Amino acid sequence: MTTTPRQVVVTGLGATTPLGGDVASTWEGLLAGRSGARRLTEEWIEQLPVQIGAPLATELPLARVEARTLDRSQQMALVAAREAWADAGSPEVDQERLAACVASGIGGVITLLTQHDVLREKGARRVSPHVVPMLMPNGPASTVGLEFKAKAGVHAPVSACASGSEAIALGLDIIRAGRADVVIAGGTEAAIAALPIAGFAQMQALSRRNDSPESASRPFDKGRDGFVLGEGAAILVLEAAEHAAARGARVYGALAGAGISSDAYHVAAPDPTGAGAARAVRAALRSALLEPSDIVHINAHATSTPAGDLAEAVALRTALGDHIDAVAVTSTKSMTGHLLGAAGALEAVVSILALRERIVPATRNLDALDDEIALDVVSTDNRKIGTGAALSNSFGFGGHDVCLAFTV
Amino acid sequence: MSQDVLAGLAVILEEVAGVDPADVTPEKTFIDDLDVDSLSMVEVVVAAEEKFSVKIPDDDVKSLKTVGDAVSYIQRAGVAA
Repeated sequence: MTTTPRQVVVTGLGATTPLGGDVASTWEGLLAGRSGARRLTEEWIEQLPVQIGAPLATELPLARVEARTLDRSQQMALVAAREAWADAGSPEVDQERLAACVASGIGGVITLLTQHDVLREKGARRVSPHVVPMLMPNGPASTVGLEFKAKAGVHAPVSACASGSEAIALGLDIIRAGRADVVIAGGTEAAIAALPIAGFAQMQALSRRNDSPESASRPFDKGRDGFVLGEGAAILVLEAAEHAAARGARVYGALAGAGISSDAYHVAAPDPTGAGAARAVRAALRSALLEPSDIVHINAHATSTPAGDLAEAVALRTALGDHIDAVAVTSTKSMTGHLLGAAGALEAVVSILALRERIVPATRNLDALDDEIALDVVSTDNRKIGTGAALSNSFGFGGHDVCLAFTV
Repeated sequence: MSQDVLAGLAVILEEVAGVDPADVTPEKTFIDDLDVDSLSMVEVVVAAEEKFSVKIPDDDVKSLKTVGDAVSYIQRAGVAA
């Protein structure tokens, strides 16, 4: 006997990104095909082989004490969560039925590095007493949980660049399991600092197009040479459908399902067969009670690395068969850069909006599709799509594969 | 009670914990009245040590419940130094 799982809907969206300080400006930037990448100007940049990134478009609207006691990743999560919560109508909810799942791939790395400098230069007495809660990877989840008094659990799944999607998948599980009625879910990342850039560069993961930052992130293009490191946060308010209906909430769409798998192949390299990623996609379809033919749109992980984009293309064909030829695929990262642990959350927001507005933002910088990539990637012009379901993929170092399924 | 020390503490409390300087009066408790949590209290103490050139050992911090306690402590420590 099969039972239909508890329906989970999305009732609020929030984001602060390289394209804008909120969801509306980010979406507008995506539709306009703008790039958030630029040449970095920090004093430490000259020593690095990669000198481009995609920082936040705007200053964070925070009180001075919030800025002082929260890591940048926590600050961004708080800003995005406040937008999402207001967008959901600032509902009165039973705090014991409210959970928070806010992930980061790396945690408070900027705090860790700057406070290590303080320790070495000024001594232990001058280290901030806030340093541990600022650098812990669950810090952003804690910040958001405290802000909205979430008492049904505060979680921070860590799975590198899949973290944001995994947090949303966990939120789905929590509501389906009946442990909460509302979950504030998403991801955040603030890792534009010398050490992370140097480390990613050593892995040959970053684009070296220092002289043309806006064309550096070029997913699926023949000339792609790595990702552009971005920063930001995105948050969704997930809600049990009956809870949303009871309070008359505006519903963007449904988080219909989620699939999670792991490659067990290599700590960083994608499995070229795409087997793990394909299993995540199929698991998401099963979880959502969807067939491949229901899918009209895929927001690909597509970071612009040579190996990753190719493996994802293989995985999508494996998972959806020939129906993949009828699916409009796009890469948000061509415009935002790669937000690491926030990427999946931002792309969840974008997927929902694409379904709702029935338009897929074109992938920027796709001048010549890689001959080995057999996908219908939306490029040059945004594309209208019909009704149906959308998938959003996220993969992370460590072999993490997460796929979210949305319907409207 | 030194108005200079009181005013100096008010500046620190505003910077570290966002406390309105007008609220910083001797009878106020740090935790209950001014909402300075235990972590921010450590920052207040370190900033006060630097501003007033005194030492405030961690064991003594526990006895500083009110703004007045801190002002008196800093005055005594300053005289001793």
